[in-house]
Amino acid sequence: MFVYALRRILYTIPIAIGVSLVCFALIHLAPGDPLSSVIPEGASAEMIAQIRTAYGFDRPLPVQYLKWLGHVVTGDFGTSIMTRRPVLAEVLPAVLNTLTLASAAVLFGFALGCLFGVISGYVAGTPTDRSVAAFSITGVSIPHYWLGMVLIVIFAVNLNVLPATGMGEGGSGSFGFNWDSLQYLILPALTLSVIPAGIIARAVRGTVAEVRKQDFMQTLYAKGLPGRRVFVHVVKNALPAVLAVMGLQLAQLLGGSILVETVFAWPGTGFLLNNAIFTRDLPMLQGTILVLAMFFVLINLLVDILQTAVDPRIKRA
Amino acid sequence: MIRRSFLWLLSAASLTAVMCVAARHDSALAQSKPGVLRVAMTAGDIPLTTGQPSQGGEGIRFIGITLYDGLTRWDLSKSDKAAEVIPDLAESWTVNPGDQKIWTFKLRKGVKFHDGSEFNADAVVWNLDKLMNKETPQFDQAQANQAASYSAPIASWRKIDDWTVEITTKRVDAVLPYNLANLFMSSPKRWEDLGRDWSKVAEKPSGTGPWMLESFKPRERAELVRNPDHWDKTRITKSERLILLPMPDPNTRVAALLSGQVDWIEAPPPDAVPRLKQQKMQIVTNLYPHIWPYQLSFLDDSPFKDIRVRKAANLAIDRDGLVKMLGGLAVPAKGMVNETHPWFGKPTFEIKYDPEQAKKLLKEAGYGPEKPAKVKIVISPSGSGQMQPLPMNEFIKENFADVGIDMEFEVLDWEALRTRRRLGAEAPENKGRHGVNNSWGYWDPDIGLIAAAGSFARVPVGFNWGDYKNEKADALALKAKATFDPVEQAKILGELHSVIVDDAMWVWMVHDLNPRAMRPNVKGFVQAQSWFQDLTPVVVE
Repeated sequence: MFVYALRRILYTIPIAIGVSLVCFALIHLAPGDPLSSVIPEGASAEMIAQIRTAYGFDRPLPVQYLKWLGHVVTGDFGTSIMTRRPVLAEVLPAVLNTLTLASAAVLFGFALGCLFGVISGYVAGTPTDRSVAAFSITGVSIPHYWLGMVLIVIFAVNLNVLPATGMGEGGSGSFGFNWDSLQYLILPALTLSVIPAGIIARAVRGTVAEVRKQDFMQTLYAKGLPGRRVFVHVVKNALPAVLAVMGLQLAQLLGGSILVETVFAWPGTGFLLNNAIFTRDLPMLQGTILVLAMFFVLINLLVDILQTAVDPRIKRA
Repeated sequence: MIRRSFLWLLSAASLTAVMCVAARHDSALAQSKPGVLRVAMTAGDIPLTTGQPSQGGEGIRFIGITLYDGLTRWDLSKSDKAAEVIPDLAESWTVNPGDQKIWTFKLRKGVKFHDGSEFNADAVVWNLDKLMNKETPQFDQAQANQAASYSAPIASWRKIDDWTVEITTKRVDAVLPYNLANLFMSSPKRWEDLGRDWSKVAEKPSGTGPWMLESFKPRERAELVRNPDHWDKTRITKSERLILLPMPDPNTRVAALLSGQVDWIEAPPPDAVPRLKQQKMQIVTNLYPHIWPYQLSFLDDSPFKDIRVRKAANLAIDRDGLVKMLGGLAVPAKGMVNETHPWFGKPTFEIKYDPEQAKKLLKEAGYGPEKPAKVKIVISPSGSGQMQPLPMNEFIKENFADVGIDMEFEVLDWEALRTRRRLGAEAPENKGRHGVNNSWGYWDPDIGLIAAAGSFARVPVGFNWGDYKNEKADALALKAKATFDPVEQAKILGELHSVIVDDAMWVWMVHDLNPRAMRPNVKGFVQAQSWFQDLTPVVVE
């Protein structure tokens, strides 16, 4: 197990380098000048050259990449072009805010997904199963942006029972586990949870139905095991496949949602990315994307290791 | 049976949860507080707070003229005429008659920065060094970038005595007082006290403005409080506190206003206005120096090189229909500046909707239904001052098609479009493009008319994107630049405007009406005809 984990950790190094290369290259391949948002109107050629030098954009791309990578490995993600604040100091609080939102969405989404998936898997082929399928497909298909706005209109504007935007009166700095703060979390988390709930419900339903068709289930019933003990076996057998789906969904949620965070003015990574894109803040974009990509890599690693722990057959394969 | 019971149980639990939320709802949720003004900005972040704000006009509006003063400022107290530049930290100024490049500014005495230090000639010199002298320790590239458009005409500066400063321009330039309104004075003492570190100053800035920054959290909020010791007692803020919240999504801003989370929103979308009115919100609009145009290419491959095509394009647009589509939040353009503006002049070419005349002109130019004039325009899906660019451009495309102009778009994001504009029509990237849909401001004579029309002001030195050349326009532009009497200068600018309208230099569509929406209990706001607004008289009752 230890060797397997070590091998998987080593695999992440080339992946991380590849990710850093791709995110650097993609941003530089985008049309337009990376400094267009800071070069003032009517700036002379001399001034443009001066700004380019000041921000290090006068060097060849490979040199820029290596220099950037060198700084990144020492924890220096650069300075935002727009705000002149260190990128890491901007990204980390945003990651924490997204983590808060994602955790709540995970709670809603995974609980609902598992609940509906298990019910559906147990009653496969019945009208209840078809209703759950309809719920799942709706969840997967519904546009986040639209759902967020509808929830805001219903609960914030018309009923005025929940706030529409932000993280509270004092912002993220005063966010805590009390009603004054948590009420700001409900609508964005609900919006964000709908897609994972749908996907997980489908995955759990399929796996549970499959497991329940297997021969050993008949054996368990034949041996006279009560329903709840059989259920434990169903869960155990379905868990590895479901964990993989949950891991991917969790990684996706931690990546933040540009649309949901923008609609709810939630100061997470999605909101940060949206702003960086519109202001063409390259160091901020590179830093944020790299941090998020590393989250993906890390969570995939954890899921792989967890899956192996739950089902040793995977390691052997 | 068990399944049915389970579903009932689930439904009941959901309903109970919703009722619990409703029951636990704090009645104080999102209520206005007297004396606290909460504003939702369109920006996605708090503008730079060190002195020269980022985020364009909105940055100056909410962080520039609130925390800081300049040597001059815009008079934003009137809504019935275009905002003018008036004395601020400089009480008066004179131009050396022997060398009109030399200006002498007499400074206002008794002005203190928020940190208690004194504003004087040393502070002015220190601030100009901060923006333009790379050799000084306080030079800040970030602020220099933001200020460059305004500091560009300045060649040198020096202290004459504690209350007098001399500024020399690169060439004779009567527009200087306009530029100085956007160069803000930050405290040298605060910079020294915070270890000469601009990033620390950003958290605790000190200006001389009517508001002081109490706290700010990037991308979330900035809290400003009243400066009770502001030197101008008529501009002591009526509100105790101003909270700025970045909300780039227009629907989010509307929801925040309707749910009571903010008192004021910038730029509500036109389709939300009826709902806002229905909820008794105030919709405040006014003219301001904004124009939504196509800046045209005059290169050989451009159909717009022919004045008949340019005039036809201007006559092909149903501007009233466009305004209707925008919910009435715009007015039809008759040129670069609006009709009531002192620089409008007396153009003879009347910009109106006349498709028959447009067809006639196109026919004379050799175009018709079988051989439409093919043009390609660079547009963006959004951007500062761009209004609703996609539906507006589609509307105009139909208008053009009706008269025989076949318009194709190249859609770029806002910053990419700005880069293309900065490069000029001649750049390889702009080959085959005949125009750029970049909204424009005419808050000062340079940006609005002189550097947009003068052939000496080709990009990147000026704003003449398409290589427009007109000797009469050039002569008037240079004359306006060298005319120091404001009344005489306005007259010359009127003549210049008449020339460029008669020459159909650009295709001018509409002027935005700068809408903002606020709760009924927001009082005292006077919407000036300006990109900037004064929040000092505004109060939430």
